[in-house]
Amino acid sequence: MALKPAEFKTDVHNDWCPGCGDFGIVNAIQMALADMGAPRDKTAIFSGIGCSGKTSHYINTYGVHTLHGRVLTFAQGAKIANPEMTVVAVGGDGDGLGIGAGHFVAAGRRNVNMTYIIFDNGVYGLTKGQASPTLKLGEKTKSLPSPNTNSNVNPIGLAIASGFTFVARGYSYDVRHLKDLIVQAVNHKGLSFLDVLQPCPTYNDLNTRDWYAGADLMDEAQKRHSRIYKLEDTGFEPTVHYDSEIEINEKLSQALIKSLEWGNKIPTGVFYKNENTTPYTARLQDKIPNYLENPPAKQNISKNGHSNTDISKILDSLEV
Amino acid sequence: MSSVDFTWLIGGPQGSGVESGANIFSRVCAEMGYQIFGKREFYSNIKGEHSYFTVRIADKKIHSNVNAVDLMACFDAETIFRHYDEVVSGGGIIYDSDIAETKTDGVHTLDAPFKERLHKELESKNKPFTVAGVLEIAKEKGVLLYPVSFKSILLTLSEETENPRLKGLIRMYNVIGVSLSLGLVKMPPDSLQKTINNIFSKKPEIAKINQQTATYSYNYATAKFENFAHTLLGTQKEPGTLLVQGFQGTALGKMASGCRFQPYYPITPASDESVFLESNEILEIIGDRPGSTAVIQTEDEICAMGMTIGGALTGTRSATCTSGPGFALMTEMLGWAGINEVPVVITAYQRSGPSTGLPTRHGQDDLLFSVFAGHGDFPKIVYASGEIEESFYDTGNCFNYADIFQVPVIHMMDKFHASSVITCKRFDTEKISIDRGLLLDTVEDGYRRFEFTEDGVSPRSRLGMDNGIFWNTGDESDETGHITEDPIIRVKMMDKRMSRLDLILKRIPNEEQAVSYGIEDYTIISWGSTIGPVKDAIDMLKKEGISIGLLQLKLMHPFPSEYVSSLLKDAKTIIDVEANHSGQLGKLFKQNIGRDIDYFILKYTGRAMTSTEVYDALKKIVENKAEKREVLMHGA
Repeated sequence: MALKPAEFKTDVHNDWCPGCGDFGIVNAIQMALADMGAPRDKTAIFSGIGCSGKTSHYINTYGVHTLHGRVLTFAQGAKIANPEMTVVAVGGDGDGLGIGAGHFVAAGRRNVNMTYIIFDNGVYGLTKGQASPTLKLGEKTKSLPSPNTNSNVNPIGLAIASGFTFVARGYSYDVRHLKDLIVQAVNHKGLSFLDVLQPCPTYNDLNTRDWYAGADLMDEAQKRHSRIYKLEDTGFEPTVHYDSEIEINEKLSQALIKSLEWGNKIPTGVFYKNENTTPYTARLQDKIPNYLENPPAKQNISKNGHSNTDISKILDSLEV
Repeated sequence: MSSVDFTWLIGGPQGSGVESGANIFSRVCAEMGYQIFGKREFYSNIKGEHSYFTVRIADKKIHSNVNAVDLMACFDAETIFRHYDEVVSGGGIIYDSDIAETKTDGVHTLDAPFKERLHKELESKNKPFTVAGVLEIAKEKGVLLYPVSFKSILLTLSEETENPRLKGLIRMYNVIGVSLSLGLVKMPPDSLQKTINNIFSKKPEIAKINQQTATYSYNYATAKFENFAHTLLGTQKEPGTLLVQGFQGTALGKMASGCRFQPYYPITPASDESVFLESNEILEIIGDRPGSTAVIQTEDEICAMGMTIGGALTGTRSATCTSGPGFALMTEMLGWAGINEVPVVITAYQRSGPSTGLPTRHGQDDLLFSVFAGHGDFPKIVYASGEIEESFYDTGNCFNYADIFQVPVIHMMDKFHASSVITCKRFDTEKISIDRGLLLDTVEDGYRRFEFTEDGVSPRSRLGMDNGIFWNTGDESDETGHITEDPIIRVKMMDKRMSRLDLILKRIPNEEQAVSYGIEDYTIISWGSTIGPVKDAIDMLKKEGISIGLLQLKLMHPFPSEYVSSLLKDAKTIIDVEANHSGQLGKLFKQNIGRDIDYFILKYTGRAMTSTEVYDALKKIVENKAEKREVLMHGA
């Protein structure tokens, strides 16, 4: 019996600031889970640290609120040990692309079948607005003492270069579109990455809701030109259909080029999708033939309180 | 029949087959019924630096190495320069006569401080700075020299077997050294052939060349070498004897204990364990389909620990294996496992610190670090295995402790364990019990993961279980696992978790906490691999009518203060023996028991203690000639 989005809500008080972009994301996740008919007890939300880290407490599935930068490590471990689980990891851009950047890259190489959503707002909110890895060089959000001295990281480009096999971007105030992207990401066979642009109304006074909506780009007829547009509306084709190097390189390159677009036009939607790359679980299955049918979490390890593992052949080889 | 206690040393540049030579030698001796204690020493280097292997052979159970070398086999000059003075009078040196004139300056891997010391010694004895020079010193001491041209052995063999490849095959030098040694001690040759066949069973061509070389060298020694007093003729073999390397104890223990998930990051000396697990990843299960261990190489130790915790949350018995620097990276997560009551096992093969320290050398440097690892107060267990044989069974206990008390368990091992090769009784899997504590199979509605209970342990659900939904957080949480900053709940939760420490002391049987080998006026406290040399040293003193007691600490945290105090009440002098600078066990002991250590016997050269030097230090103590801190220095 499919659940309604409301049934994926907990009664934990949500203490995000009024108007926070995070609300849109958590709503979209709940809607996506309901849409997919995900069973609550076969689903786990893993989260990092910061405002976005609280997400797992607001969703009524298994919820694991981990450590700063480390969410992917916990989440991959759980998914590998119990591949039956639907695993969604969430965290901020500082979490995933600053302190956790090494895990981000390594996760791409592994391609574990799960989803990673970054709440991308350009600031470290919970520590009062320091510059995060996606804030541009020279930009000064309101609580910075001086303009940002670091260049920004390109989350989409980094995901593509690291080997994520589904790379997309959403916008937290377009909840329906975001929900659709989450559904696609979760259904993707492999590691999916979703960069979600999420205004921080308290600390990021540059990339505000109005800015994304293009309030400053009104033409003479007072018509808004939203910065955000959808790739699918432009006929952009992100999917690798054949396992050919030529096609893969072509799709990777166009995704990378698109990822560089910023300023007055910001693409959202799916940048890249390739299901030909084997997910990590399949790679394990290659070495351990019954891995998926008898994964670590399902194995029976004892009989009447004693070990049921027969190591006698190894001991024989060591016996003199 | 006189008793056998014989030490053989083989050395050579890293990558020249020293280890495989030593493995052949050890296996042959073990096949012939002897007990073995072998230890490998090597630089942090892939090829070229000096490595050596000492194998002690006896017809009774031994637990350590000794200082004295009875026979040394060397095919390079460096081994002779570094070890000639360890060979005792009546012992022998088999060496490659082609290198006799090699000068110390011709050996680029001899480091300056060593060369300076050696030159001083040679100068004082008026000898040239050559291999011949040091060998003269050995000869004057009463060491028998057995020069052989390794090159001409290969040349003759190559002609006899009409195999021109053989004459330049310096890879065979190790087999020549081993076979000459076995010939010299008159070891029956069959076991040498059998061992070589076993080792090269998948490569018949290589097996054949090795066979020929071994036979020729063995016969060469029996025909030409004279006057060697030691013989190894074989003895009654104990049925069910294993020849194991240190890391295999914990690896096999993990398989038997149901550990099915091990993420790790490569680090010396810990990764051998993970590689062994992965090499044997598919497991036979009695009465069931095959099982498996998913061994995952991660991008760093932080990920290894995070994955291990993630695995444990699914109910899988999960572990990682690391050494000091890697463990340092894991400690933030250790606290997360602590506050979320996640059972994980961290097998910590210590090496010499601080920092990278001596990366391939021994040390018991991380006891205090492990006991205090992680910020904030949370319960954990630190458990230390003494000998390799124990480590198999202790691994089983560590997983049970983790599950029963829902705490992270740090299982302390070290480099001395990891690179020792020993004979011991076949591991008995039937002695591995599996107790998963309050891990649930089904859950009723209204489940709360961190429910307050009488003994502070809450029934544990696992990710994916019907109705078992829980939340975890590194923040303080309420019974459901949601964040709270309420002061009353904070205190209750803190008390709930920390009460686990008392429960651990109450429920773990005394004999698993500390092992008494007799308490005397002089009693040693020690831990970890140092127990081996200590046991042998105590035996040596007993033969002289001197009784020394020994208390081996295994549960290092929480510290079994009452039990240890009661055991030691009649000991007048406490001697702390361990392989670090500050006497870390002594500090822990003082902190928990309030009693001072009377003497410290410490070693931090990066080389494990020998029983000889422990014996010497103990003797000084009982003769009242010792310093408060006796620092041991033996070993190249």
